[in-house]
Amino acid sequence: MHYTFEIERGNFTDAGQASSSVKRTLKQLGVAPANIKRTVVALFEAEINAIAHAYGGTIDVDIDDQKIVMVVADQGPGIPNLDLAMQEGWSTASAEVREMGYGAGMGLPNIKKNTDDLKIESTVGVGTTVTMTVFFA
Amino acid sequence: MTIKEIARLVEGEIVGAPADDTYDVEKAFASDLMSDVLRFSMDETVLITGLCNNQTMRTSEMADLRVVVIGRDKQPDEDMLELAEDLDITLIKSKFSIFKISGILYEAGIKPLY
Repeated sequence: MHYTFEIERGNFTDAGQASSSVKRTLKQLGVAPANIKRTVVALFEAEINAIAHAYGGTIDVDIDDQKIVMVVADQGPGIPNLDLAMQEGWSTASAEVREMGYGAGMGLPNIKKNTDDLKIESTVGVGTTVTMTVFFA
Repeated sequence: MTIKEIARLVEGEIVGAPADDTYDVEKAFASDLMSDVLRFSMDETVLITGLCNNQTMRTSEMADLRVVVIGRDKQPDEDMLELAEDLDITLIKSKFSIFKISGILYEAGIKPLY
């Protein structure tokens, strides 16, 4: 199964719709609740990151009976220092993003904690692609 | 503790999804930071927050929260109420501060998440 979602810059009103849709699909497929939770927390954090920091992008989701692979690809400023970005508490979020309840510097650490495989490719001035895999078994 | 009992204790008003009388709340977590909410397991937990927007609802959905106390007399807008109903999340609006709500629930036997 393949799904694609669009990410719109700064659109916090619709933020979480992709994660919500994936959650419903995984429930219908009978995936274990603990794996659904891990998946949607990771995807939601990545979705929020892209909305907060990038200029737009896409989310591609592939689901089979073993795993879910989620690719969040944005066009944006990129991440200059990935080691810093992976540290809990490190954030470059704007005041507006913080008012929304995000920007605490927990996004990438939360994604790492909830996925079995995480790949982040980022080019400054071009964008970031986050590939997350959760195995169901 | 039932959702209605929590509402009574914090002198709150139930809005959003109707209270499920069979849902037993054991623990509470207070935060305005949604990424912190996503760090922990929220089973049988009530979220106490002053953050009152759609993101509170979306985060609650991802965290599998069923009940949220909105403190500091914040007023959910129509969009948020609709989302709460769609997601089957009960909101309790309270005029009290987050500190006071937390104190009242702690005194009544609700445990901290950690």
